[in-house]
Amino acid sequence: MSNEMLLAAQKPVLTDNVISMNNVRKAYTTGKVTFEALKGVDFHARRGEFLAIVGPSGSGKSTMMNIIGCLDIPTSGDYVLDDQVVNKLNSNQLADIRNRKIGFVFQAFNLLPYATAYENVEVPLLFARVNARQRKERIMALLSRVGLADKVANKPTEMSGGEMQRVAIARALANEPDIILADEPTGNLDTKSGGGIVQLFHELWQSGKTIIIITHDMNIARQSGRVFKLKDGLVDTNGNGI
Amino acid sequence: MQWSTIYNVFVRDFRKQKKRITLTIIALCWGTISIMLLLGFGEGLHRQLSVNGKGMGEGISVLWPGQTSLPWKGLGKGRPIRFVPEDVDYLKNKIPELKEVGGEYHRWGVSIKYGDKVVSEHINGLSPNYQDMRNHIPAAGGRMINDLDMQYKRRVVFLGNKLAERLFSDTPADNDNWFQESPLSKEVAQKAVGKEILINGMPFTVVGVQIHKMQMNSYSGMDADKASIPATTFEAVFGDPWLDNIIYMPNDVRRMKEVERKVFEVLGQKYKFDPKDQRALGIWDVAANQKEMDNMLFGIKLFLGIIGGLTLLIAAVGVANIMYVSIKERTREIGIKMAVGARRGYILTQFLLEAILITFAGGFLGMFISIALTEGFKRVNIQSEVLAFMGRPTISIEIGLVVVAILGVMGIMAGLFPAMKAASVSPVESLRYE
Ligand SMILES: Nc1ncnc2c1ncn2[C@@H]1O[C@H](COP(=O)(O)OP(=O)(O)OP(=O)(O)O)[C@@H](O)[C@H]1O
Ligand SMILES: [Mg+2]
Repeated sequence: MSNEMLLAAQKPVLTDNVISMNNVRKAYTTGKVTFEALKGVDFHARRGEFLAIVGPSGSGKSTMMNIIGCLDIPTSGDYVLDDQVVNKLNSNQLADIRNRKIGFVFQAFNLLPYATAYENVEVPLLFARVNARQRKERIMALLSRVGLADKVANKPTEMSGGEMQRVAIARALANEPDIILADEPTGNLDTKSGGGIVQLFHELWQSGKTIIIITHDMNIARQSGRVFKLKDGLVDTNGNGI
Repeated sequence: MQWSTIYNVFVRDFRKQKKRITLTIIALCWGTISIMLLLGFGEGLHRQLSVNGKGMGEGISVLWPGQTSLPWKGLGKGRPIRFVPEDVDYLKNKIPELKEVGGEYHRWGVSIKYGDKVVSEHINGLSPNYQDMRNHIPAAGGRMINDLDMQYKRRVVFLGNKLAERLFSDTPADNDNWFQESPLSKEVAQKAVGKEILINGMPFTVVGVQIHKMQMNSYSGMDADKASIPATTFEAVFGDPWLDNIIYMPNDVRRMKEVERKVFEVLGQKYKFDPKDQRALGIWDVAANQKEMDNMLFGIKLFLGIIGGLTLLIAAVGVANIMYVSIKERTREIGIKMAVGARRGYILTQFLLEAILITFAGGFLGMFISIALTEGFKRVNIQSEVLAFMGRPTISIEIGLVVVAILGVMGIMAGLFPAMKAASVSPVESLRYE
């Protein structure tokens, strides 16, 4: 595609930032009331960074993360992901980015309830049109990597929270994305299984992925490379970094 | 769009959600069956009732002689009226609105003999036009009395099917059951034609046997039990000067009342009675009865149609509801799939395929079962008057297809619209759906 070639050619001219947000706003309208959850946020993430987003409840962390993950679009402002101007993409292009460039891990796991661990990990591979043999290889490799080689055939109801989150991480890694986004991935887990999940993210970071994680847990934030603070929909400049 | 992707996801999810899909198919199937059986039995009943009501003939009136009850032109009341054979042509000539007129003699308790079998039955003298007016229809291989028989006063006889069975079969079926066609009837009809029987000791040749017909009303007994000979022969053989009945059929059944008035005028003039004297002639307007019957049948049909429509509506709402509920439940599923990279088109195609497959599987399964049930019901050969009244359930494939199409479209729309909505918003919104 000539468009992509053009963007590729421009690459050196742009920054080293894999994620670049400028003056991003997001307003939610409920009935007649409009609420601005993000009020002009600038945010940048470098390739290979391990970044924690923190802030009080309701400060707009999830809103921002959803925009980063192309699950939602900003009301205004620019968002450039891997040198692609996301504002200008159509819904199919956004779907393809979610499929290949980004792995998203949710606090509520968001697994298909009727499908096994194996089948849940398979979903993004199906949409990426990976053939059956490769799918099988990759799923088995991913599930053993997250330590679930023996839970392949379990459904979400037959797994613990930590195990479900591991399936979700395996699914996020399915198409080998460069960026892993996690919105309070340990929020629903006890300390021990939460620790295991954090450990996994560290390993992924070490293998070269860009990790952005929302957390309330200062211990987790401290283990990251950089902390980004949000407050009332704005960047909290009051001492970024811990 | 990548069809193999859609196919893979579709097949996988379809297998995974067997319970929900099976339930939907059963609901659809059930809706289709109840409507089709309702309409099928209704149609069968309708046909049967309209056949039953017409066995004695359609659009005719029956006359029999009475007694004057009003004085007329100096003549007193209480005078008996009598029909002569000439009245038939007289009426036909005087009243051009009449299509057919026929005169009829009766004699009861006449001995009829074939071989060593003797029965005592009802003999009828009548004319060939009874085939049209009174449904004296011959079974294959035989014929009704014809004009030459009349002209030459031939000794030929047309037998009622029950009577023929009693004479020509060693194992006649139950004589009281007029409603069920005897399994022997065809065989007996073949056997009887051309045979000679004795009526009051006089030889007559059987020219035909009546087909089985449903006769619900009569003025002189069931046609199945009678032997009919030409009216001219009857007059000659039994020396009977008076006709017992005259029946007529107008060109236009809607002018029955007008024709009736003319009949009273014409005969009143001939026999000198007041045309307004209702007792001078007995009259039975069979067509009026049939009109009532037709109205009732139309009522039944309308009633069944309304019930069928309501049932269809309920079924459609039920199907729409199941599809709608299941897809509401699946909004999260749509959100999850979109979040991991499903394009909008994949989601919509998958849901559309699924809805089509489910609705048509359920619809055609229902149609198939309904047809199998009614066919099975037809095969059960219960000798029962109740069944004879109820008739054969008749499923119309056209109605079935319309039912399936309506339910299908409802199901597809109910399935597709929520999916379209879920796929058109951002994945976050679908994921947040509880
Ligand atoms: N769909 C929505 N409609 C209306 N308001 C919303 C919607 N989503 C979020 N909000 C509002 O936007 C603000 C930011 O929400 P967001 O979920 O981003 O907060 P958060 O920082 O992730 O909080 P938490 O730590 O509790 O998860 C909140 O005040 C919330 O009420
Ligand atoms: Mg949040």
